[in-house]
Amino acid sequence: MKQLGAIIQRDLRLAARQGGATFLALVFFVLTVTLFPLGIGPEPAVLARVAPGVLWVAALLAAMLSLDRLFQADFEDGSLEQLALSGLPIGGVVLAKIIAHWLTTGLPLLLAAPILAVLLNMDDEGFAALMLTMLIGTPALSLIGAIGAALTLTVRRGGVLLSLLVLPLYIPVLIFGVSAIDAAVHGLNAKPHLLLLAALTVACLPLCPWAAAAAVKLSLE
Amino acid sequence: MSMHYFANPARFTRLAGRIQPLAGCLAAILLIVGLYLALVQAPADYQQGETVRIMFVHVPSAWMALFCYSFLAVASAVALIWKHPLADLAAKASAPIGAGFTFLALVTGSLWGKPMWGTWWVWDARLTSVLILLFLYLGYMALWQAIEDSQKAAKAAAVLALVGAVNVPIIKFSVDWWNTLHQPASVLRMDGPAIHPSMLWPLLIMALAFKAYFVTLLLARMRMELNLRRIRALRLAERSS
Repeated sequence: MKQLGAIIQRDLRLAARQGGATFLALVFFVLTVTLFPLGIGPEPAVLARVAPGVLWVAALLAAMLSLDRLFQADFEDGSLEQLALSGLPIGGVVLAKIIAHWLTTGLPLLLAAPILAVLLNMDDEGFAALMLTMLIGTPALSLIGAIGAALTLTVRRGGVLLSLLVLPLYIPVLIFGVSAIDAAVHGLNAKPHLLLLAALTVACLPLCPWAAAAAVKLSLE
Repeated sequence: MSMHYFANPARFTRLAGRIQPLAGCLAAILLIVGLYLALVQAPADYQQGETVRIMFVHVPSAWMALFCYSFLAVASAVALIWKHPLADLAAKASAPIGAGFTFLALVTGSLWGKPMWGTWWVWDARLTSVLILLFLYLGYMALWQAIEDSQKAAKAAAVLALVGAVNVPIIKFSVDWWNTLHQPASVLRMDGPAIHPSMLWPLLIMALAFKAYFVTLLLARMRMELNLRRIRALRLAERSS
């Protein structure tokens, strides 16, 4: 546990001192959302209707674009190999890095989402659901994404490949996240959607670090 | 005879060389019989008219799309667990075939949708999940392409195939869930009365023909892959001597 904390702390400190990366994911999120009113048109009713979907799709893409930070730098400078040799279970190391990734991307996205929802004129009833789905759903994005990031470690210019691998797997998160907000906006019960989303995240929690650890081990061979 | 009996490439190539023409002939015969029954013998549907004949290609393709992915996942699991050298090859060889059948299912579905639903594409739960299945196939093939070391590529692709296999039912469920929320129930449902034997028989024969065709292609691709490896090994030996 202590070592896990140490790895998380290290990754957070690295992210803080490099500064840019977290900030860039956030800027990407804001910018993508800004493009939609320009593309669709400024009618408030239309924007309110598409707001949950736009926010979730943009969050999905922002999370995906930041995935290369998860292992790539550590893989290149050899510290990932050192971590693997340190005797810690690789699954644990991977989980710690996923938690750090969520703290530096999922959490900022979660905090920015309500402000953007205001800009998109989303109905007031949807805000609680938006925050809840983001809170429950974004960890799943980091967890599932870790598998893709680990698989593409040895690939040169793996970015496009990563999106092809990860985006189809993100679809359930997107669907349950958006349908929960839509249900809340229309005055329906959002609970079943939220429970399904939570089930997805909870199922990812043990399985994804395991699969990602297998992929990391492969690229270190 | 253990499962590692055919781990010997020479033994496998010999057997595959014998089975492949048989499977090819079987596929050709079944396809001719099936197409005759489907296009000439089977009656036109009382509602859909002649367009119902697209079904005899569309439905077997859709079945094969799912069958190939299951085959790919099982072969990947065998490769990861027992390190069977031919399982990797089988998984790799089945992916483009499965992607082809998936594409065929989508195209024929679209061609069938135009006269039936009046539109080339609807975001129906089934169409959407088959489209996502196509993306899973493409991702799997792209990962094979991207990693140069074929040993590593095999393992990485196997991990991806298993992750995908776990996700296919979840994606299917979520798309069904999404569809019941967003789609008005205007789309024509296909589950009318039970299918009549005059249509069922051609359908089953076509399905068997597709299976035999899959076996033929699979063996051909696996033999090609083995020969490529041998050529590479010979070239390396030549250069080093």
